[in-house]
Amino acid sequence: MSMAPTSESPLARAALITVALVFLGFFLLLPLLAVFSEALRQGAGPFLDALHTPDALAAIRLTLLIAAISVPLNMVFGVAASWAITKFQFPGKALLITLIDLPFSVSPVVSGLIFVLLFGANGLFGAWLAEHDLKIIFAVPGIVLATVFITFPFVARELIPLMLEQGKDDEEAAISLGANGWQTFWHVTLPNIRWGLLYGVLLCNARAMGEFGAVSVVSGHIRGETNTMPLHVEILYNEYDFVGAFAVASLLALLALVTLIAKTVLEWRFGLHAGARH
Amino acid sequence: MIHLRGITKRFGDYPALHGIDLDVAPGEFIALLGPSGSGKTTLLRIIAGLEFQDSGTVLLGGEDVSSLPVAQRHVGFVFQHYALFRHMTVADNVAFGLSVRRGKDRLPKAARHARAEELLRLVQLEGLGSRYPGQLSGGQRQRVALARALAIEPRLLLLDEPFGALDAKVRKDLRRWLRDLHKQMGLTSIFVTHDQEEALELADRVVVMNQGRIEQIGAPDAVYMNPETPFVSHFVGETNRLPVPGTAAGSEIHFRPHEITLAPDGAEALLVDNVFRKGAVWRAEGLLEGSGQFVELDLPSSGEAPRLGQTIRFNPHRARMFNANGDQTQGETR
Repeated sequence: MSMAPTSESPLARAALITVALVFLGFFLLLPLLAVFSEALRQGAGPFLDALHTPDALAAIRLTLLIAAISVPLNMVFGVAASWAITKFQFPGKALLITLIDLPFSVSPVVSGLIFVLLFGANGLFGAWLAEHDLKIIFAVPGIVLATVFITFPFVARELIPLMLEQGKDDEEAAISLGANGWQTFWHVTLPNIRWGLLYGVLLCNARAMGEFGAVSVVSGHIRGETNTMPLHVEILYNEYDFVGAFAVASLLALLALVTLIAKTVLEWRFGLHAGARH
Repeated sequence: MIHLRGITKRFGDYPALHGIDLDVAPGEFIALLGPSGSGKTTLLRIIAGLEFQDSGTVLLGGEDVSSLPVAQRHVGFVFQHYALFRHMTVADNVAFGLSVRRGKDRLPKAARHARAEELLRLVQLEGLGSRYPGQLSGGQRQRVALARALAIEPRLLLLDEPFGALDAKVRKDLRRWLRDLHKQMGLTSIFVTHDQEEALELADRVVVMNQGRIEQIGAPDAVYMNPETPFVSHFVGETNRLPVPGTAAGSEIHFRPHEITLAPDGAEALLVDNVFRKGAVWRAEGLLEGSGQFVELDLPSSGEAPRLGQTIRFNPHRARMFNANGDQTQGETR
């Protein structure tokens, strides 16, 4: 039996695979199982009851609302930013690329604090907002702002490499054939990026629903009003309501799993990264 | 048909074009020939309106289109990598230019389809309308791109390296086919190429470009036989260059490998160090005695092959002399 020149000895291969699997099992699989087993420790009844409390339902509703606002916004922002960066030359382009990455490199708590400093009672616009009876911090608008900020990079990060690779030829062909900007976007660009866009939106959605740090700073933790699912999990946990905490947590974990599966299916079905240009 | 006056273009600090003037008559088939970086593609894109000149004017059919965007110039542009819309069928690709029309120019769907079918027949792809571009060969894609560009009934057809991405055999067939199509349709066409053979074979006139300037414009035969600058002499066809003794530094004599007469008392002597068959002739390469200059010669293959180490004495019977500034100081000498 011959070995490929780059392959390791069977022993080294087995060792590497074992290390990877053990690590994965210990840090990913085990916690995931723990979440579901803790949630179902006292059976399905208490699990469902925990999800049916008014506070839990309010948290689920709020989380869905936040995602329903911030994901479409970031879809539009992300497409616009990627379009600008990949199809045009303009001064400040490098700066824009760096700025898009900012939410990834800044701690979410700091991101939250930025909005408190801007819109809080003692913040830059605080007095003006109070005067006009507008509430942003410790209210839904603040949570939306923080979530939009945190999840901004997902769509753009997914689209920029894809659109760079595809180049401008298709768009130029379309306009040379008489298409206007909107027709070019709708009939040529969007079909070319649709799977990358869907993938970015999935990731964006998962993060929008799961974000804790930034949302925690701006939310004010008002039960039934400004608690999202991750915040609700923390409150229940701090009150020693483990079944309740893990029941809500398992919903979030389920969302993560669904996202992963959807992502895998997309990659398998459309060869997203292998053959973006088929 | 096309009149370009004083076209200049810079990309940042990089000067791409310096004052290009060019006139193209209706129905002409023009090749923009040059090495990469010569500005030929930039010039083509400026004619199309995909790029805008920094100064100068572009006239198409007497109309000043200098600041019109591509969508309003009614030119057909064929991209080097075809740029076919891969999520649309071949027929939808061809009909794209018709289906994006709005208002009174918009044809009904049946008419658009009929037109696409007609164009597919013209490019000999009848019956492939329902395929996707990914299911076609390179040569077929190229023809779809051409049909799509022709669908808008352009007043001018522009092709960027139309055969660049194809293999040699397909390239040759497609070349002849495009030549015939051009004649048949009587369309004014300009294509960009770095392949001199392609330019000489297809074009009515060849525009040789180098470093953002036009070096020479002329019929293929004239460009080949009477290159006006050392660059053209070197870039179009093969050329031997010999320094001229007893003249100002930098003066050179240029002659082609076949522009020689064998003579026992010839002025030059080549010491052969490589011989191979090049089509219908023997190609002998080596250094000249005395100057040590590298020279290639073509010898009739009816005779015996030159031997390695042999000395071949010859005179160039037709040559051009350029001074250090690149000016031609003497035409056909000796």
